[in-house]
Formats: sequence, structure tokens, C-alpha cells
Amino acid sequence: MKNYSEDWEAVIGLEIHVQLSTKSKLFSGASTDFGALPNTQACNIDLAMPGVLPVLNEEVLRMAIKLGKALNAQINSPTSFARKNYFYPDSPKGYQISQMDKPIVENGYLDIETKEGNKRIGVTRAHLEEDAGKSLHDDFEGQSGIDLNRAGTPLLEIVSEPEINTPEEAVAYLKSIHSIIRYLGISDGNMAEGSMRCDANVSVRKIGDENLGTRTETKNVNSFRFVEKAIQYEIERQIHELESGNKITQETRLYDSQANSTRPMRSKEFANDYRYFPEPDLLPINLENEFIEEVMASMPEMPNQKKERFVSEFNLSEYDASLLAADKDLADFFEEVAKVSNSPKLSANWIMGELSAELNKENLSINESKISSNKLGQLILRIEDGTISGKIAKEIFEKLWSSDNEVDEIIQSEGLEQVTDDKEIESIIDGVIKNNPEQLEQYRSGKDRLFGFFVGQVMKASQGKANPKQVNDILRKKLEK
Amino acid sequence: MDLHKLSLNQQLNGLKEGDFTSTELTSHYLDRISKLDKELNSFITVTEDQALLQAGAADKRYKEKSNLALDGLPIAHKDIFCTKGVLTTCGSKMLSNFEAPYSSTVYEKLDNEGMVMLGKTNMDEFAMGSSNETSYFGPVKNPWDTEYVPGGSSGGSASCVSAELAPVATATDTGGSIRQPASLCGLTGIKPTYGRVSRYGMIAFASSLDQGGVVARSAEDAALILEAMSGHDSKDSTSLKLDKPDLTKGLDDSIKGMKIGLPKEFFAQDMPAYIEKSIEEAIEVYKSLGAEVVEVSLSNINLSLPIYYIIAPAECSANLSRYDGVRYGYRCENPKDIEDLYMRTREEGFGKEVKRRILIGTYALSAGYYDAYYLKAQKCRQLVANDFSEAFKSVDVILSPTTPGTSFKSGEKADDPIEMYLQDIFTIPANLAGLPGLSVPCGEYEGLPLGMQLVGNSLEEAKLLQFAHSYQSNTDWHKKMPNI
Repeated sequence: MKNYSEDWEAVIGLEIHVQLSTKSKLFSGASTDFGALPNTQACNIDLAMPGVLPVLNEEVLRMAIKLGKALNAQINSPTSFARKNYFYPDSPKGYQISQMDKPIVENGYLDIETKEGNKRIGVTRAHLEEDAGKSLHDDFEGQSGIDLNRAGTPLLEIVSEPEINTPEEAVAYLKSIHSIIRYLGISDGNMAEGSMRCDANVSVRKIGDENLGTRTETKNVNSFRFVEKAIQYEIERQIHELESGNKITQETRLYDSQANSTRPMRSKEFANDYRYFPEPDLLPINLENEFIEEVMASMPEMPNQKKERFVSEFNLSEYDASLLAADKDLADFFEEVAKVSNSPKLSANWIMGELSAELNKENLSINESKISSNKLGQLILRIEDGTISGKIAKEIFEKLWSSDNEVDEIIQSEGLEQVTDDKEIESIIDGVIKNNPEQLEQYRSGKDRLFGFFVGQVMKASQGKANPKQVNDILRKKLEK
Repeated sequence: MDLHKLSLNQQLNGLKEGDFTSTELTSHYLDRISKLDKELNSFITVTEDQALLQAGAADKRYKEKSNLALDGLPIAHKDIFCTKGVLTTCGSKMLSNFEAPYSSTVYEKLDNEGMVMLGKTNMDEFAMGSSNETSYFGPVKNPWDTEYVPGGSSGGSASCVSAELAPVATATDTGGSIRQPASLCGLTGIKPTYGRVSRYGMIAFASSLDQGGVVARSAEDAALILEAMSGHDSKDSTSLKLDKPDLTKGLDDSIKGMKIGLPKEFFAQDMPAYIEKSIEEAIEVYKSLGAEVVEVSLSNINLSLPIYYIIAPAECSANLSRYDGVRYGYRCENPKDIEDLYMRTREEGFGKEVKRRILIGTYALSAGYYDAYYLKAQKCRQLVANDFSEAFKSVDVILSPTTPGTSFKSGEKADDPIEMYLQDIFTIPANLAGLPGLSVPCGEYEGLPLGMQLVGNSLEEAKLLQFAHSYQSNTDWHKKMPNI
């Protein structure tokens, strides 16, 4: 199908729902903890009892302002809420309190990294709204259950401009938003638990076409990889339809990750008329400048700033810096390791090399690392101060990963200190030369590549503890004789 | 002793002095209810056991000299206020089985002052109606003549206070639902400034217009209870961030030199001669007390009814969406799927008038009509509010009739919604502008009472009550009670 891409381009816009990590709900005092027994975290307000009224959790204003600032956006004041009317059992009021005309965040942008360099994606708006509950269709024979624990949980819906053109760009944008919300500490961004959800609006058109094609909205995509695959599938499906002379139906589609395909959910032709109107139970909110400034003063360093600092302060490459800075936890881990080891460059290499490999192997996040940042820093410090060689360090790393021992304990108890005494190294080298007369002769008659063989033998004889640089220097002299 | 003939302050003094106990007072009213309410149907629920418990507790506090401000005074609550563990129906089949799991702020505030709840009063379904004929629990009768309606939607509250089955009652007013029944039952009813009384636990009809208040036998009684109901409530985001006002202190102050405005637009309408005559007499009373009377203009006031019948139904169409048969309240039998559950629950659970307003509101908010109806209505609403602001630059209160006539017979307007809607033509503007409004009895025609309305500037409930009280100190209309 790839050969379509020459003539066609995709136009993609993403709507990202981010669950804000407040302690209580958007309009009630009920807890937002994940995983409680059904309906134990739904109070009278969440249950939409007759006569109850919403009271805004002000913490969400701070969170939204932070996001707005991170997206270079304007903060609207007054900002106001609206009712979005629709009937569904997990929407207890029969309407959702959302924002329409005056979203709290508007007109921002985000720079993402693509193969062709940086690309700016416009962020149309980000608005506050309440989450719905959950309908449970499989738990009760012939009936549906309703769990309203999630009802009223605060969401920020971040809507991009349709300025994304490839699945890769979509993922880069999504990852960037993920990184920002994690940095700001406004959401855990956990896609598997649904605290970050992505809907993709996709259309295709012939390159050069001014008009947009008919779009579909793909829902239910709950990982970065699936976002990429779902969009890729949808682009190819639409191109195939159009090239076969068919039309695209404007509709909502569900992504099925097992089949890696999308299927129609409901047609927008029969779409609800949501009958938005201003929420009369909540007055428009004036955000005083003082309040906004106070929030902005509490903004943490953002991924881009951190990346630049890693480059300038630690002399990391752009690539390394950007990789480390993308994930706040990873960046924090790195900074701790660098501080203990006093060697940022080596710390970066170890984190992105050995540590990442080990984490990936066991499917762990950086926070679940079996080696603490302090221990890794100690290990690297011992390389730096010459106590151990890099090779030995890798062995110790394995031991640290599977035990609770300290770095220095392992070095001492197993006698792993590097041999740096010239005399001791000379005597090992002498032994190796003596035991390999044939190879010595070949080397001296011009077979230079046997140098490596001798290094290997020396390291083996020293059980890897000989300082490699000294081994090189002394061996070269001895072999030349 | 005819305990029910005593004013609230007299009853309170009697309790304090030990002339009678709250249990005696409460039992006296419970007896009257059981004797007289069969015909009036002003109560949906009588909370006899709970009332006697509350009264007993009040008596104990009096004995221990730890009595509260309104301790032991009985009151009836409109069945729109949620009361924990007690049936709270809002006059609808939809909530005919609904025991509220919590209490409204209004109930809590009065309960905290020691007031004794006699029961929950009948009302038009979801407060939609002007005759109390839309209640699922049957129509309420006017004690002045049981062939006549008590007005609505707070018809049960007005009827029971008028019949002296309760000394005072809470009520709510979205377009006149306190003032119109007060007028038709010969009572003093006040709707305060929007945001004065918490709406938490007061079942919503039209959120931007609904306001709790009180129907009483005098301005003095009304002031006492309204003050206790008022004040900021953090559970209601539209509640004004103000402490409760002192409404009783200035009641006896002179109104000499104050200005009464007569809106020429109201008086230009065709008005029955008996109303004109009563209003003129009231004006003469005020003049004799030293008030100045001037004409004012509320030039957009004629827009009030159409504005109201866009905004109120629009808000109600959303507010009533929660009654879906899923979590509480009425649910249809054997729904075959979720769509069927919704449709039949709402078809069977709501009455005709409620459905009419949900339909009007849904239409007014739908795509393509929103700008022409809802948005335009909101803009016009601002014009009405501006007219009042302008008028209050030169006058203290605005006086008009409360209703276009005295009460009408049951069934007379039931099939003519427009005729029924016209009942509120004088009262709706105050709701649109969020202003306090009050109705006091000022005459009688063919044996039925008739009220005049005073509208005040924002937050000036005290001034309104002062005007009402000075009138009542010099006239006897409010003392006339029906013979039942």
C-alpha cells in the first residue's frame, strides 16, 4: 500500500484527554483514586441527585494555566463552563459540564522533532471538562452495570490544529504532550489506565489539493504504538477507498488493536446535537493576573529548557540530551547519577546503554529500576577514579541488578580493583609473551593485528582487572623489543 | 387559646415565656392539618413523628435555657427542598418514591435554628405552573374558596399558611411562584435577590432564575424567617459571598421621603378596575406616610414573558435530564433496552406541562436555533436588567399589581398555557433581573384577596420589608384570613 503515499497526504488532528491528578473531583469532594470498588467514590453530586450543585475544584485552574504556559498559549479570563447535553447511563446528569466559548487555554503551539527537523503544531485549545463513569457490559448477564467512580474526574481536552501529516508526527506530538503533563505534574499520563486518551481525526487528500477530505475520528487508542498503527491503518484505508472510487463517510471509528484495524462505531450523520449552553450553576471565572503569575512562578523547568541545559551544562550531545529530557523521571534519575558520579557524559552513556537495556528486558520503568541512581553514580565514580575498569563495571552492574549489595562492597569482597601498578602489569605481560612464542614471532614479522590477541590474553590473565590503557602502552613497548 | 392566630414573634415569646410548649404548638398545627388538609391537599407529606421529636428536643432546650433563635417554631417546607430521609417529590411522579439522601441548605439552616418541620407542601410539578394543578399529587385548593386555585408553583405553601395549618412556609420563585400564590391567598411572600438564599438541595427548575424564599402572614414574620434562610453557602457557586442581612432591625423605620416608582408600561395595560382601585388606595396609604410617588419607565419590560419562556425551559430541559430511571426515582416497567428505559420512564414519569417545557427548551437550544432564541433571550434579559438599574437610580422601590387578577377557578386556565403564563407577567421581570420582589395583600374582590408587588434594588430586601411593614402597620388587609 505504501506506493499510494506519493500522491496522497494525510491531515491529522489529535484530541487528547488528560486526566488531571487532583485529589478530589472537578465539581465534588469525592476522591479520584483509581481502582476502588464500583460506586464507592461517587457522592451525591457525582450521582446527580436532585438539587445538588457543582463547585469548582480550583486546583484544576492552576493545572490548566501551567499547561497553557507550557504550550505557549493564551489564558482566557473570564473562562466559563457550558453544558453538553446527551443521554447515556454513565453520564448521570444527562449533560457533561465542559467548556465551549471560553476555554481556559487557547491558541498555543508545540514544536516537535521530526526526521525533517523541528515542526510547529498549533494547539487550538485546551478546555476543562468532567469525565463520565464507566458502563460495564460483561459483568452481569443480560444487564449493564454502571460504575460512577470516574464520573466527575477532571479532564483537560487538548485539541491540536489539523497540522500533523504522518503517524510518526502524531506520535511525536503525543509523546511531547505526555512529557509536558508529566513534567508539570498535572497528570500521570498513564495511557493503559486511561488517564491519557487520544482520539485521532484523520483525512486524506491528493497532494496539492486545497480542500480537506472527509475525516473520520478514531477512538479508543490506548498506547503510543497503537496511535501510530491506528492512524497508519486509517490513512491506508481511506486512500484505498478513494482510489477504488468510494467515498469516505464522516464517522467515529474504533481501533481494534488485536486486529490492527478500525471499524465504524457510530455515524456522525446521526450525531447528537449537544445543545451547548452556558452552565448556569457556575459563574464565569475571572483569573486575576496575580493568580496567574503565582501559578507561573511555580512552573517547573520544561523538557526543552532541560534539554538545552543538559547540552550547555553537561556537554551532552543534542541527541542524548533530548532523549534524557523527554521523560522527567529519567531526567531526574540522570541528574542524580551525574551528581554522585561527577561524570555527566559517562552517566548518560550508562543510563541509555546498560540501564535502558536492562529495563527494557524486564519491561520496567525508570522508577522501577533495580539499581538506584545513587548506586549507579557510585559505580561510575569508581570507573572515573580508576578503581575499576569499564569492563569490570559491567560485571558489577549485573551483580547490583540482582542483589542489594553496595558497589564498594562488591569491589572489595571480590577483589575487583583495577591493577594499575606498572610492575604488576609488566609481570603479567611477561608471562603472556613467554607463553605465546609463536604469536610473538608472527607479530614481530609484521602481523600487527595480533596486538589485539595479546591484549586479550593479558586482560584474561588479570581477570579483567588490569588497566587497559597501561596494558596497551606497556605491551606495545615489550612487543617491539 | 388559638395558637395559630399568634404571629411568629408572639409564638416565639410564648415558647420563651413557657406559656405553651413547642410540642403543644406543633400538635396544634398537626391537628389542624389532619382536620383541614383533606380538602385543601396542601401537604404531600406530613412528618408528624419527626415534628414531635423536633418539638420535644426544642422543649428540652427551653428547659435547659439553651434554646436556639427560632427554637420550636413550626414551619412547612415546599417539597422542592431536599430533606434527608423524607420523601422529596417536587410534585412529580418521577420522584414519587424519592427519599432524599441529604438535606438542602435552607432546611439545614432553619433546622439549626430549631425550627420544627410539619411536612412537605404540595406544588406544581417541578415548580412549573401557576395554579398548582400540575402536581402529580393532585391540585391544591385555595382556602378562601376551594373552587379556586391557590396559585403556583408554591400553591401548597401558600394554601397551608393561608389556612393556618402552618404559621409560615418556605417556597421558591422562578417567575413568580412565591409572589403569585401569596397574592392569590392573601399572604406576604418574598423572593430575595438571586444568590441570597442557597439553592443547594433545592431541586432545580431554571438555575439562573430559581430562588428560595418564604410565604408568611406578615412582612414581620417573613423577615424573621428569610433572615435565617439567607447567607453565603460554599456548596452553591452562585450564592452571594455575603453574610445574612439584618432584615428585622429596620422594619419600623419611617419611609418618609422615600420614592416609589410606578412603571408606566405596567399601568398602560388593560387592568381590571378593582385592581386599579386597590393599587390607587395603596398608593394613597404610602403618600400619607410621606413617600413620594413617581412614574418610571421599564421600556423593555414587555419582552419579559418571551424571554422567560426561552430561558426557563432551556435550563429546565437540561436540569431535568437526570431523571432517567437509572439511579433513583421512577422507572418504567420491563424496559427492553436503554432507549426504551429513557423514553418510557420520562413519558410516564413527567406530566404534560413539564414535557411541554422540556420540548420548548430543547428546541430553543438546538443547533441552528440557539442564536435566534437562547442567545437573543439572554441579550434581551440584560436589557430588562438595565431598565431596572436605571429606574433604581431615582426610586427606592417599584410598585405594581402582583397578578393580573384575583384567583381563578380550578380548570379554568388548565388547558390554555398562554393564559396561564400571563399570570406571571408582573412577577417575571424581577427574576430576569435577579432582584428581590415581594407581594403583600392590598385588597379584595368578590371575596378573594389580591396583592401588590414591590420590587427592590439588588440586596435591598430590608428596604422592601420596611415598605411592606409600614403598609401593614397602617392597613388590615394582611390580617384577613379565610373562613374555614
